[in-house]
Amino acid sequence: MTAAPVVGVVVGHGHLAAALVGAVERISGVRNALLPVSNESCSPQELRRLVEEAVEDRRAVIFVDMASGSCAFAGHQVGRSRPDVAVVTGANLPMLLDFVFHRDMSVAALAERVAGKGRVALESHAPAEPEAP
Amino acid sequence: MIELIRIDERLLHGQVVVGWGQRLDLDHYVVADDDLAVSDWEQDLYAGGLPESATALFLTVEAAVARFRKLDGRAGRGALLTRTTAAMRSLAGAGVLDGRAVNVGCLGAGEGRSRVLDYVHLRPDEAEDLRAIAERAGPVAARDLPSSPEVGLERMLDALAR
Repeated sequence: MTAAPVVGVVVGHGHLAAALVGAVERISGVRNALLPVSNESCSPQELRRLVEEAVEDRRAVIFVDMASGSCAFAGHQVGRSRPDVAVVTGANLPMLLDFVFHRDMSVAALAERVAGKGRVALESHAPAEPEAP
Repeated sequence: MIELIRIDERLLHGQVVVGWGQRLDLDHYVVADDDLAVSDWEQDLYAGGLPESATALFLTVEAAVARFRKLDGRAGRGALLTRTTAAMRSLAGAGVLDGRAVNVGCLGAGEGRSRVLDYVHLRPDEAEDLRAIAERAGPVAARDLPSSPEVGLERMLDALAR
């Protein structure tokens, strides 16, 4: 039997998660692979409940916007109790776009893959420093 | 010296570390929380969000009371945080916060809580804790960020009563 595709849950501050999910859907055309959760006005307990509700009993990668803080905390609390759930921090568009096309992989391999995609998307293109006279 | 004394159930999150931390130039954080004081993985996660130049100390409420004066006399600029109104009430009740202002940050929506501000929701027992803190320590007011208007305890309690 083939396992169901991994679901992605994006947890972020304010409207960030919904904006990221909306952007992925507009670019990829893939819908319902990612679910947004906002920490807006949530107590830590409520945020954890919302994340658990989004994950259900499915294999999942929880994407959080920062490596620490309320969203990361809720993600780790859910992920720690579930061997089929991974947490990826520093969520960005390139990693989410890659995620939606590789949801049949194992959770661990997929989390590692998308974290790598997110990492290599970070570049700096700064103007050259003027030479000292 | 401890420059910020705050109740915030998210503890070391962006508003505290970035919003307040940068404005007040905070370089150390003391978290008084009995559960967190014995949870290494949670401490690591919280401390992971701090700037490299800042440190965090996680203590039980009892230990925070015992060490408050020493921590307050420490060089640099610090913040004391509790996750709950009850923990802050314990600190105030022990007499270590006399005359000190207490800031209320994020207390999110949850069971039994009513909305007071967008970022403050209170149960009746939490409102009672805030009253007790104001009587024993100093003024209690809500302000999520330094750039936001301060909302005093009476206004919070009025909003709760409506």
